[in-house]
Amino acid sequence: MIRFLFTAALSVFAASAHAEVEIREVTSPGGINAWLVEDHEIPFLALEIQIKGGASLDLPGARGAVNLMTGLLEEGSGDMDARTFQATREGLAASFGFDVYDDSFSVSARVLSENRGEAMALLRDALVNPTFDNDAVERVRAQVLSIIASDEKNPNRLASAAFNLAAFRDHPYGSSLNGTVESVGALTREDLIAAHQNVVTRDRIYVGAVGDITAAELGALLDDLLADLPETSAPLSPDVPFGLGGGITVVPFETPQSVAYFGHQGIKRDDEDFFAAYILNTILGGGGFESRLMQEVREKRGLTYGVYTHLVPKDHGEMMIGSVASGNDRIGETIAVIRDEWARLSADGVTAEELDGAKTYLTGAYPLRFDGNAPIAGILVGMQMQDLPPDYVINRNALVEAVTLDDVNRVAAELLRPDDLHFVVVGQPVGLESTN
Amino acid sequence: MLRAITAVFALLAGTTAISAQDVTTYALDNGMDVVVIEDHRAPVVVHMVWYRIGSADEPVGASGVAHFLEHLLFKATENMESGEFSTAVAANGGRDNAFTSYDYTAYYQRIAADRLELMMRMESDRMNNLMITEADIATERNVILEERAQRTDNNPGSLAGEQLRASQYLNHRYGVPIIGWRHEMEDLSLEDALGFYDLYYSPNNAILVVAGDVRPDEVLALAEQYYGAIPAEPDLPTRLRPQEPPQSAERRLIYEDPRVSQAYVSRTYLAPERDNGAQEDAAALVYLADILGGSSFTSVLGEALQFDSQIAVYTGAGYDGSSLDDTTFSMTVVPATGVSLQAAEDAMDAAVAAFLERGVDPEQLERIRTQFRAAEVYARDNVEGIANRYGAALTQGLTVQDVQDWPEILQAVTAEDIIAIATQVLDRRQSVTGWIVPNREALAQ
Repeated sequence: MIRFLFTAALSVFAASAHAEVEIREVTSPGGINAWLVEDHEIPFLALEIQIKGGASLDLPGARGAVNLMTGLLEEGSGDMDARTFQATREGLAASFGFDVYDDSFSVSARVLSENRGEAMALLRDALVNPTFDNDAVERVRAQVLSIIASDEKNPNRLASAAFNLAAFRDHPYGSSLNGTVESVGALTREDLIAAHQNVVTRDRIYVGAVGDITAAELGALLDDLLADLPETSAPLSPDVPFGLGGGITVVPFETPQSVAYFGHQGIKRDDEDFFAAYILNTILGGGGFESRLMQEVREKRGLTYGVYTHLVPKDHGEMMIGSVASGNDRIGETIAVIRDEWARLSADGVTAEELDGAKTYLTGAYPLRFDGNAPIAGILVGMQMQDLPPDYVINRNALVEAVTLDDVNRVAAELLRPDDLHFVVVGQPVGLESTN
Repeated sequence: MLRAITAVFALLAGTTAISAQDVTTYALDNGMDVVVIEDHRAPVVVHMVWYRIGSADEPVGASGVAHFLEHLLFKATENMESGEFSTAVAANGGRDNAFTSYDYTAYYQRIAADRLELMMRMESDRMNNLMITEADIATERNVILEERAQRTDNNPGSLAGEQLRASQYLNHRYGVPIIGWRHEMEDLSLEDALGFYDLYYSPNNAILVVAGDVRPDEVLALAEQYYGAIPAEPDLPTRLRPQEPPQSAERRLIYEDPRVSQAYVSRTYLAPERDNGAQEDAAALVYLADILGGSSFTSVLGEALQFDSQIAVYTGAGYDGSSLDDTTFSMTVVPATGVSLQAAEDAMDAAVAAFLERGVDPEQLERIRTQFRAAEVYARDNVEGIANRYGAALTQGLTVQDVQDWPEILQAVTAEDIIAIATQVLDRRQSVTGWIVPNREALAQ
């Protein structure tokens, strides 16, 4: 049976009576928790599953094993080889996405109501009984090696790789989850089985389901799908301090436009100042044309097509980073402008007008995120992973509104440290040299 | 087998597409088309204006001006300061942007439905009242040059694609990149931009698409008020483009760039597009692309080059029938380590020849047909995607009826249709084959 731990009709859209996101907290008979938004208007289900751990659980000497394992889940399971598995999936018109990140492993499924049972049985086979047969392992290994080779000639990838290595060194955050030519070349079937046992497990699993399904049906579905996964996963990786000081690192690469990746220490997602920092980042470089960096670097000076900053609170370390690209002869000026804006914002803070503008933008944009079954399923999982309650969707805008000018400017002075900014520049930048 | 297939069809029958009654169309007196798509699941609206003008309509020597003008539309008007448009959208919690293609330039905002009137007021304002300055030109031209550097000059695959496309089209402007050739972009002037704007940014050259939590009569009343007040452009020229002659010589290119990490083969063929009342060939080509290279597991190229042999690490085929004039059908093979480009290309051609010989696998055909039918169910979850279908189609010579007929036309494609169109289109005389390599040594491998 299903136990309803929490049911609440939450209107994300204050102005509207008919558009509600009713989040229901469901526990399956087998004890798997999930959040559900039931919506029978379109006959399909979007299911989002995340398991904490991800590529950071790569064992010593086996970097890339979790990624290769993830790529192999759609390459054959049970008594089906890759082609049989895929032909079956195509015949059901279902889509399964398996993905891996630094701190999590994810499954994104979209299945029609009319054949949901068959589609879920197929997905269960992929998650529980992957075969890792030799043909598939070699085929996907070649694909991963091809991606690694491409990354070595991609200025954006070169920049982020150099930045992450300098910041996090031998912690998993310091290297690409793809692994290296050497590490991927050496992976064995046993490494893949170990990665599967350590990562695709029940103990740190989070589920969001949106669409044409009832709570009772979802409970049964989750038990069928997930009950046979191993109970316990490998220990999570340790926290890691951000280890990169201020300066410039130039990575020479022959290309007409330099790519810069920059940043310093960030802020934790559960820090009480996170919302103030989030608003601050929106004003500095959060993505719109209105941000200070877009105004100063693009709109006033025409130095770039885009400049953006992000808060990156990973589970075991946090950064505030940005990216920009400018012609080799102009990247020096771009970096100078960014440094100046960083310093100006840190010293002088934001204006009351800027704060109001950012708040109206963020509070108005929030409901627009709930624009389809799959995006809502993703939001439900993200909230659970951050340990937020279901009613966060009602309270979230109030949390944004509650941030004061003093809060933002105090956080600006603490978080933005222009002297600590480190720029990794890939290209042939004129007049820039690496600092020591 | 047959019974199972029939059952799937019966189950999916009533659930296809957004039903026609959710789509309402009008034409304003000044010639502007209006399309309203109702979706009341969330109190959100997508507001778009599509102009029937794209990079393939640009004057000779001014490549990139359509896209440049798109950037300049965010500058000042008689009633708004530079940047005020986006600031106002953001202050109301919305998102706005614009995009330029060969056949259209479109502007859109996604915002709470009760802000629709503000969007119409601002969008109609910049249709007629733009006030760009020489200073805007100088700064924004640098921005588009940096955009070209980011998208194209820093990306060897994009640079190779430009060369391939320029070779594919002997006479049509589709051979010129949307963003423009760098040397022409550097010379784009205020006059170039205004000449384009004054003529083409006119209600009789535009389509309004509003999708989301709206009522058609309310949208029409607002459209009459804001867009209906703008006079039609009397001198709007008929859209005439130089068409492709019969192509009678296969073209072969080598693109060499040390930033290429892995050599690959790219082949394109000139191909027909979706035409008003005649979308059947395009529908068959959609299937052909899926059959040859849609899935790396079950497609003809995937099976032959990645499973039955280990010749390739990647294979693919592509076709997009959304185009005003002749489009392309493409195939790509990335050979595995140690396999030469010649061997990869030969294997690709052999696999296609064998497919034409043996015909379409009926099971594969039905799987693909099922997926297209299901795609219409999934599409209902994304009203912005539906809005894009109508906007693009109406700039590309199709009608609302054509858009609504398309899913059924896709369902009616037969194995014979696919083989017939493949035989017609996969003619080397109308093809371009590119070998994209890091250096000359890669050719000798």
